[in-house]
Parts: sequence; C-alpha cells; structure tokens
Amino acid sequence: NFQPKVMKILVGVKRVVDYAVKIRVKPDRSGVVTEGVQHSMNPFDEIALEEAVKLKEKKLATEVVAFSLGGPKSQEVLRTALAKGADKAIHVQVSDEEASKLESFHVAKTLKKIVESEKFDAVFLGKQAIDDDSSQTAPILAGLLDWPQALYASKVEEGGDGHMKVTREIDGGLDTIKAKKKPLKAIPIKDLGVDIKPQTETIEVTEPPVRQAGGFVEDVSALVAKLKEKGFVKA
Amino acid sequence: MLSARTVLTRTARLNNARLNSTLVVAEHDETKLAPITLNAITAAGKLGNDVSVLVTGANAQKVAEQVAKVNGVKRVLVAQDDKLKNNLPERVAPVVLASQKQFNFSAITAGSSAFGRGLIPRVAAKLDVSSISDITQVHSADSFTRTLYAGNAVKKVKSSAAVKLLTFRGTAFEPAKEGGSGAVEKAPSADIATDTSEFLGQELSKSERPDLATAKIVVSGGRGLKSGDNFKLIYELADKLGAGVGASRAAVDAGYVPNDMQVGQTGKIVAPELYIAIGISGAIQHLAGMKDSKTIVAINKDPDAPIFQVADIGLKADLFKAVPELTAALK
Repeated sequence: NFQPKVMKILVGVKRVVDYAVKIRVKPDRSGVVTEGVQHSMNPFDEIALEEAVKLKEKKLATEVVAFSLGGPKSQEVLRTALAKGADKAIHVQVSDEEASKLESFHVAKTLKKIVESEKFDAVFLGKQAIDDDSSQTAPILAGLLDWPQALYASKVEEGGDGHMKVTREIDGGLDTIKAKKKPLKAIPIKDLGVDIKPQTETIEVTEPPVRQAGGFVEDVSALVAKLKEKGFVKA
Repeated sequence: MLSARTVLTRTARLNNARLNSTLVVAEHDETKLAPITLNAITAAGKLGNDVSVLVTGANAQKVAEQVAKVNGVKRVLVAQDDKLKNNLPERVAPVVLASQKQFNFSAITAGSSAFGRGLIPRVAAKLDVSSISDITQVHSADSFTRTLYAGNAVKKVKSSAAVKLLTFRGTAFEPAKEGGSGAVEKAPSADIATDTSEFLGQELSKSERPDLATAKIVVSGGRGLKSGDNFKLIYELADKLGAGVGASRAAVDAGYVPNDMQVGQTGKIVAPELYIAIGISGAIQHLAGMKDSKTIVAINKDPDAPIFQVADIGLKADLFKAVPELTAALK
C-alpha cells in the first residue's frame, strides 16, 4: 500500500562515539570507554536523514520523523535531526546500562512497534553504525515487517505505480532554536512492550594486536630490493 | 512390526530433531560460486557440525554441482527458479526458511558480503533470533569474535540464540578446497512472493584486474593522487604486479574512482600478501579495511602520515615521481 505522494518517513538516528575519536578499550575488558568522549550522530544516519528531507522538499514525502533508541543523551542527536529538517522526533528511552547491551534485533523490534503504531510508509536507516559495525538493523526490520529492503542505497527515486526505485551499491547548519520548538516525544521502552533481553553476551572486549612499523627505505631502488627479498617481485 | 502410527511419530521426531548441521547460503553470479562462499564454508566447518549449502537462483543447478565438489560439504540443496534471478533477499529468505523448517539447522550462515549481510538478518527476524555479523573467529558452536569501532576493538561474544544466524568475514578464513562429494538434492519448495520488489538492472564495473577482495597484491590510491586521470599511475603499477586496485574513501568521495573500489570500514575489507598504499594518509576508517595485510608498503610525502605506523616498508617520497620510477623498475 505504498503511496510515495503521501509518504511518511521514519528515520533512525544513533548517537555514537564521533568517527574521529581514537577509541580506548576499558582495562577490565568490559567494553570501550565512552564517558567523557565526543559523541555525534552516526554519519550514515545523517545521510539517511538528508535523503528523507530531500524527498520532502520534492513533495514526495509529507512528514519526516526522527527516531532514536537509547539513553537520555540520545535526545541530543534527535535535536540535531530536527535542526536538519526532521518534523518530529521520537525518543524511545532505555537506561545507559540497558543501551550498552542493545542488539540490532532489539532496535529493529522497537522500530517495528513505532512503524505500526504511527503508520509509517517507509523507514530510512544508515547502512551501519560506526561503533558496532553490525550493518543489520535494516534487514532485520524489513524481515519483521515483511517489507521489501534496499540496502546500501545510493539513489532513491519515485518508481511509479506505488513503488520506489532504488539504486544500490553492491558492495547544515540550520537553526537549533527552531529545532527545540519541534515536538520530541519520549516513550519509555516498557510502554512499547519490546523485550530487550540480550541473546548475545559480551565475554570480553580487547585491543586488536598492534602492528609494528617497519621503518623507512631511502629510495625506490631500496624499495624494489625489499620487494624482491620478500618474493613479490622476481629477482 | 511397527504400527503405522509409530512410524509416523518417529518420522516426525526425526524431522524435529536438530540435525547438528550448519547451512551456508551460497553467493554466485549464476555461473560460478563467489569466492567468499568458500571462506564461509571453512568458517561453518568450525562450528563442529555437518555443512550443507543452499544454492538459489535462476541457474542454480550448475553452481550446485561446483559446490558439491568442495571439501567438507555434505549436502547441497538447490532451488532453481526464475523468480530467484539475482537472488533478491525478499525471495531467497522464504527458501531458507522452508529449508530450515525441514532440516532444523543449528546455524544458518553466509559470507559477510552485501549479499550475506542483506539476507541473514532478514532470515533472523523471521526466526525471532539475534544475528551476529562479520565474524572473524569461531571459538565454538556458540562463541565468536568480531570487531567493533573500525577494527579498533575486538569483541568475543557468546550467543544464546536458538538458531545461530551468522555472517563471516571472508578474509579471516581460508577458502575451502576442492575434494568433496556432497549429495545434491532439491531444496524444499517455498512460496516466493514477487509483488514487493523487482530487479530492474545491474551495472557492473568491468575490469581485467584481479578481484580486490581476493587479489594476492593490492595497490591503492588516495587523495594524494589529486585527480581521476592520475589514477593511471596506480593502474600501471598494479598491472605490472598483477594486482587488484583499491582506493581510500577520500579518493572515492572526490570522484577519482567508483565506490566499489573503496577499501575500509565501510567499503571492502582486504588482507592480501602485499598492500601498497599510495597517497593515502591512513585514517582509522581506511586502516580498518587493510591492516591485516601480510606486508604493507606506504608511499607518502608526509613522514607523519599515520599509514607509516602500520607500514612494514615506508617510502617518504612524492608519489608522482616515485610511482613511475617503481613501475619502470619492475620492467
């Protein structure tokens, strides 16, 4: 029943450690240090949001609603989303402790509830969050809803006949004051009845093995000699 | 003599019992198996169960015969149907679910490519279990390692999901070799709805060069190349070495090369014998895609570029001078 002309779009946005931060693993191996670290909106969610707002500007969508599931500070990224052109925001609240244990599966289940209760026609999500690198929420949600999916989209157009035409890759400074006037609805997760019992337990989080730098060679002929020595180039 | 009723009950029990078998969903282009499926078969074998492979598609039979010869493959299920052309996840998922219903696999897996990452979580949703993506190590049937934060943290997890839905990082597992003789049979039939999505067309980048993901040598260029035309320096060197060609996100974003050449956290992950990074600073996101390469060579004029911290061999030089010199020296 997809009708692009009157499409309501839900956009998922996640608060993550900023992409430029060099992360540190906690000494007790329980996770990564996030306290006192710069956070921002997941870069791929920014792209999803921009695309939804563009569709609204082209009159292909009627409403763009930003969604975030997480601890209290998730509202920061929702404010950013409102500043970037979302009409409304929905914050599904969990504690920071619960947030740290959420799996893509739980996020997708929560999104499903919102999609069904508020009657959205499309959901735009980033291709992956740069913290857990899972790349799973969108296909799980599509499966739960029994909706079609288009992952790694690089172009979204009206497809006619109630369809969207999506090209996939196979492999703003707006006013924040204005943003604050827009509605932000907060819903405790228990009100949605979503079970967030973990199915994946973290045993430990560690640092990857550190690579040792091998040093410099003087010039191209010294480089060629090294490559010959290692057998990459015939002597 | 067993009564008919007892036989029926036993058959039902057999069908319901976990087979202790792992399913790998094959990726292919209708003529040959994608190499990442061979890595996934090796990874699946580490779960300690028999390995079955499902091949879906418009021309699945031919690929199924190739898969049957892969070492470790016990059974190959084939679903050949024109509706499965290009293996859209909405259409492959019902076939996987029908197979699951009949065989009760303990794990359903695929390589962590665009195909696998699109399909496995969708199937997980249908089975009401949490999936785990891009696994780099299998410790047991329920514990795995994967990376977070662009490879800067390594997480070991234990899954309590009733069925494990997993994708495996190709470069983290050896490809399975030939030498098997699996039984080929028809996959259980499934109801494939065709009204929600349709495949319209495909534009593949044509290249005579080795595939980036499986090349023994990869030569990559970054923003330092300054233009798409200058990338010919990279191509010439790559051709001399028989190498695949990659790029940093900066080079892709600047339009020097197409997106499918991107190496990094959000592009392809490679681990060749030799990786040559040219005019690439070595941002965290790029290192995530190549730091497991056996030998890393970096050519950059900035001695403080982070790429030199992971390079086995560094050359501080102007690439516009050094790369042609290097290409010439390899004649």
